[in-house]
Amino acid sequence: MLSGITLGQYIPGHSLLHLLDPRTKVIGVLASAVSIIAFTNWQGFVLVTLLTLTALLVSKLPLGIILGSLKSLWLLLVITFLLQTFLTPGTLLVELGPLSISREGLFAAGEIVLRLALLILIAFLPTLTTPPIKLTAGLEGILSPLQRLGVPAHELALMMTLALRFIPTLLQEAEVVISAQRSRGAGFTTGSPARWAKSLLPLFVPLFAGALRRADDLAVAMESRCYRGGANRTRMSTLKFSALDYVVIGVTLAVLAGVVALRLI
Amino acid sequence: MLEGVPLFMSPIIEIDKLTHIYLPGTPFQVTSLDSISLDIEKGVFFAIIGSTGSGKSTLVRHFNGLLTPAAGKVRVCGIDISDKRQRRNLWRSVGLVFQQPEQQLFEETVFADVAFGPRNMGLSEAEVTERVHEALRLVGLDPLEAGRMSPFHMSGGMRRKAAIAGVLALKPEVLILDEPTAGLDPQGKRHLMKHVEEFRRREGATIILVTHDMEEVALMAERVAVLNRGRLVMEGKPREIFSRAAELFAIGLDLPAPTHLMHQLRLLGKPVRTDVLTAAEAEEEIAGLLGEV
Amino acid sequence: MTESNGTGYTGSGPESQDSQPTAHNRDEIFIAVKNLNYIYNPGKAGGHRALSGIDLNVKAGEFLVIAGPNGSGKSTLARHFNAMLKPSSGRVIVAGMDTMIPENVWEIRCQVGMVFQNPDNQIVSSLVEEDAAFGAENLGLPSEEVQKRVEETLRLTGLSQYAKHAPHLLSGGQKQKLAIAGVIVMRPSCLVLDEPTSMLDPAGRVELMETLIRLNRTLKATVVLVTHFMEEAVLADRVVVLSDGRIAVSGTPAKVFAEVELLEGLGLKLPAASEIAHGLRKRGFPLPKEILTIDDILTYIKNN
Repeated sequence: MLSGITLGQYIPGHSLLHLLDPRTKVIGVLASAVSIIAFTNWQGFVLVTLLTLTALLVSKLPLGIILGSLKSLWLLLVITFLLQTFLTPGTLLVELGPLSISREGLFAAGEIVLRLALLILIAFLPTLTTPPIKLTAGLEGILSPLQRLGVPAHELALMMTLALRFIPTLLQEAEVVISAQRSRGAGFTTGSPARWAKSLLPLFVPLFAGALRRADDLAVAMESRCYRGGANRTRMSTLKFSALDYVVIGVTLAVLAGVVALRLI
Repeated sequence: MLEGVPLFMSPIIEIDKLTHIYLPGTPFQVTSLDSISLDIEKGVFFAIIGSTGSGKSTLVRHFNGLLTPAAGKVRVCGIDISDKRQRRNLWRSVGLVFQQPEQQLFEETVFADVAFGPRNMGLSEAEVTERVHEALRLVGLDPLEAGRMSPFHMSGGMRRKAAIAGVLALKPEVLILDEPTAGLDPQGKRHLMKHVEEFRRREGATIILVTHDMEEVALMAERVAVLNRGRLVMEGKPREIFSRAAELFAIGLDLPAPTHLMHQLRLLGKPVRTDVLTAAEAEEEIAGLLGEV
Repeated sequence: MTESNGTGYTGSGPESQDSQPTAHNRDEIFIAVKNLNYIYNPGKAGGHRALSGIDLNVKAGEFLVIAGPNGSGKSTLARHFNAMLKPSSGRVIVAGMDTMIPENVWEIRCQVGMVFQNPDNQIVSSLVEEDAAFGAENLGLPSEEVQKRVEETLRLTGLSQYAKHAPHLLSGGQKQKLAIAGVIVMRPSCLVLDEPTSMLDPAGRVELMETLIRLNRTLKATVVLVTHFMEEAVLADRVVVLSDGRIAVSGTPAKVFAEVELLEGLGLKLPAASEIAHGLRKRGFPLPKEILTIDDILTYIKNN
């Protein structure tokens, strides 16, 4: 009922992209995203489009999954397109009552939708090609140099790990509670806002109580396993950059440099 | 609801080639129930056993319309559960106690929590109070004392009882219990089963018990269905089922210990019955074997 | 339970030897509980006495079962063994360390691994091998050592083939074995399990008990099992029955299960084989009181 495939869920595979160090993917995506936002001319556009298409091809992800990420955000794309089209002043093309479409408006709308589409496509690549647990390790790896500046890298990573571990469990629990209360005649969707809010109590009270109980149990279990915070903790899997990682980081940074250079020329 | 139908003739639950598919159309698709056909007679104490993941819980969720068949037919109390409008009212006649039901308590007092179902039925406040008191007494809780308590300040065993009372207060024709005694100590188990039996006797209800506890099945059930990987593999009286030891072991199930002992003796060539269910019966057989003192 | 067949840890390299206590002297006391009293929320409305005057020694390498009805104080007692709870009065000494002294707490938790009732609430990672590694990572071991220990731990608990799986795809029995793996990766001398089988199906229960017995025998790990299933108590070296926060009876399973009236008075159920044997004795058959299991009855009948 509440489970199924979710947006950006990891798709197992053995492509070059799957093999990359998770830190590389995070750095690569950040660099590419900046390039996509920063390009100002058609040369820049060609460059980032080539980069995105190459990444998609190399990932060997099924076309349906790739388009799926666009499809799930189509509303955003459509609204952006319409707003840009109607709100940009310029040479009049068509007039529809109070609304008018200009040449500049169409161009601006096309451009921003392309940018958004490229951003969406590239942004989902790390989660589609990396198990969440590895992605977490990657983020921790990138953030840990900042630990000295007070960034709680370990704590953030642990929070992500626990969230990944318990979100499916809590969803399952929610499903059970909903079913159980429905079996006693609960309706979750009728009446005025006040009545509706009240009708959600039989769902939320047990869910909160359950989450607190789990958190309590988990804290005791973690302490029993000698957890004392991030200090002195080691990791089983240490991340290592391979030659491929350096190549990918190099290419994405080069594209970024290219886009910036084209902008300045 | 069933006027004109000779009630005593037709089973209260009729399942015909029921199939259920989990996450259909995704890579995670699993056939969790595979063409199950089964009749459950009115008023019977029926047990469903099977190892974890065999489909027991999925099956019983069809009985009150929480799930609907991907294929096949399920009729409960004369209602075809595929019929959306009729299914919506099925909870009034089919009570379902989930695993660890105490985790679904939400009201400030036990009374209010047990009253949740009867109030949803639209009963008058006087009737609600009567139902709640009756249900609490049935599970061995004092209606006035326990009724005033917050469910969050009671022991685990008492909370379990209060949660079960919340379903009994609906006075369902069919009462389904999904592993109701899991986590209770032997005395708690014994008491709970006694309360359930008492409810059946008083209301003439049909009881459907999903359990891992073979001794419970041996003591309580009149009929047993055995599930394995979504298929119905056996159905019959407990004595018949437990005489098929090898098949049960093969699917990760167990025998009541006394029955197990009799099977072992038979393997040694001793002339004992293998359809024994209780320690007392086993004792009788062994006494016969050892000769009178 | 004293024969040694030298599998598992003992062959796994020199550095593992010093952290893993080898052959114990069977009379060496691992946990000493002296006149332990524990009061929940002292002085408050919900406050009550959970343990009264408990005296108990857990011997190194012993398989001890703590039994008793719900609310008898079993879990409260078990949580004193890894300093999760501190005595209201009295003393708990684990491997020579007093649990009241804060500096000892961490070392005690490394020595005493705890496994709890609900497997779902003690698994921290969504990957089996990562979860097994958690405890070893907390000890600050180098990553090669963590990897080696995880591999060994998963092998010992029979989970090697699931290393890359998500824990929620495991059966109940396998999840509890993962919880055990999660603590033995720290190489504790003692495992304390708080009703680990109560949420499992029969197959899972058998699976878990076999694992425990194997760990007790091959690793010489001290095992303390809290349960209300008397069938599990049959397998122990010694059984302690609690009632109302006090020790009602303790001794070998044979001795404890001979106290039929006492156990039934506490609402505990005898193992079926003991019950049958008891009934036969009442009828005048001279069955010895050491008869505890179905196999014992079979042997007796074969010989008579």
